[in-house]
Amino acid sequence: MAGVVIIGAGLGGLRVAETLRASGYAGEVTIVGDEIHLPYNRPPLSKEALAGGVEVADLEFRRKAHVDDVTWKLGSPAVTSSIKEGTVTLADGTVLHFDALAVAAGIRPRRLPIPGPQAGRVVLRTAEDARELRAALVPGAKVLIMGAGFIGCEVAATARKVDCEVNIVALDAEPMIRPLGAELGAGMRRRHEANGVNFHLGRTITAFNGTDHVESATLDDGTVLACDIVVEAVGSMANVEWLDGNGLDLSDGLSVDDAMIVEGTTNVVAVGDIARHHNVLFSGPKRRIEHWNMPTETGKRAGQTLAALLAGEEVSQAPFSAMPSFWSDQYSHKIQSFGMPGNATRIEIVSGTPDEACIAEYFDDSGLVGVIGIDKTSELAPYRKLLMERG
Amino acid sequence: MIKVTIDMDKCQHYGQCCFEAPDVFSLDDAGHIVYVAEVADDRRDDVESAADVCPMQAIEIS
Ligand SMILES: Cc1cc2nc3c(=O)[nH]c(=O)nc-3n(C[C@H](O)[C@H](O)[C@H](O)COP(=O)(O)OP(=O)(O)OC[C@H]3O[C@@H](n4cnc5c(N)ncnc54)[C@H](O)[C@@H]3O)c2cc1C
Repeated sequence: MAGVVIIGAGLGGLRVAETLRASGYAGEVTIVGDEIHLPYNRPPLSKEALAGGVEVADLEFRRKAHVDDVTWKLGSPAVTSSIKEGTVTLADGTVLHFDALAVAAGIRPRRLPIPGPQAGRVVLRTAEDARELRAALVPGAKVLIMGAGFIGCEVAATARKVDCEVNIVALDAEPMIRPLGAELGAGMRRRHEANGVNFHLGRTITAFNGTDHVESATLDDGTVLACDIVVEAVGSMANVEWLDGNGLDLSDGLSVDDAMIVEGTTNVVAVGDIARHHNVLFSGPKRRIEHWNMPTETGKRAGQTLAALLAGEEVSQAPFSAMPSFWSDQYSHKIQSFGMPGNATRIEIVSGTPDEACIAEYFDDSGLVGVIGIDKTSELAPYRKLLMERG
Repeated sequence: MIKVTIDMDKCQHYGQCCFEAPDVFSLDDAGHIVYVAEVADDRRDDVESAADVCPMQAIEIS
């Protein structure tokens, strides 16, 4: 018996394994991880852990007892695969055979080809990335952040907490504009500015300067910003290269059906940040949703699918339904989101103002598609309920 | 009986647990999590789900 091979030892991979066992699958389960760590929680890497120190042991997920018998192969990534032959080859030469494959390899930060020295340019995805960045966040250090999305803004808030000088350079008109919209984005920008962050919006970096290590960045308007460290938070790329040659569409993660089975395959599922799926609660094309709650939602569904498949039972094709949800901590402020606010064509602030505690509703042609609250966590439940009723 | 504990140093009161097991976890008027510390065994699945979805991974079950 070759069993199930799971590529990616993050949250999604863990949930697939747990659900396989909970659904009665007793065969071999092997989880392959590029990182040396057991699955751990990433959101603190831009927040508490970045401020206080990165201890992976404190960030590890609670692992349910019934996954005690899975085999972990950590520290060596999958490099090639043949779905037809049912094999995956790891960088250390190990060849694993599978009856079914689960893809939970997530994404990695995108890097832009900007000329100049490389040293001093970091990204933030792993505990090691966070440690490297943590070491550079000393009082007075000049931190330059590329990108004004959630990770960029969270790093900015954390860096201010430890008294660094912070500049954010981004093409967007306001921070976090895609999910928040311009008004709430502007409100968050003013909170950051009040905390001492400098924004350079509508701008890009054209070159880094310095001899061995980055010392400054030149923007497209000629501005030169001195910096000791650059944090690149400008989007992501799916970790799919090891699936080359299987005839799959790898252009934007992996397209899956409602059961999380990868299009064009019968025994491969994908979950988490890498999976592009429909959601019965929201119309429109399949999407990848890089929110923390999705690996659990998609991972549970994929685990059930594989358990049924391997038991020779019928796989449920019931529509996939999950409420995307996102949170963010910046200074003392808590942003919380339900649904797909990024799809909205109209936004209405229904409580408060963007500069204080507030709630905004997000609409498209089909009606309410999302709700975001800033410092209003306890009042969001009724809105979430309305969104659930879309299904 | 299942024993439920929330590590209050970790909890940020996001309230995700309340959606999974509303009879066990709720938010009070001030927006703070309140919870039932001992629940019947037949609530295990929902309590496990609540622990799974906690962004701060603050819920312990025994
Ligand atoms: C700094 C940071 C802050 C975040 N904050 C929030 C937040 O506040 N709220 C929120 O909703 N979401 C947040 N997120 C997003 C959330 O953490 C992700 O959505 C979640 O981690 C996705 O889980 P996953 O299992 O799909 O992927 P991952 O957690 O990325 O796990 C995938 C694993 O697969 C491994 N892998 C990749 N390629 C291979 C290979 N070829 N072979 C073997 N292993 C491989 C990777 O090394 C990784 O360990 C944050 C993310 C980061 C990085």
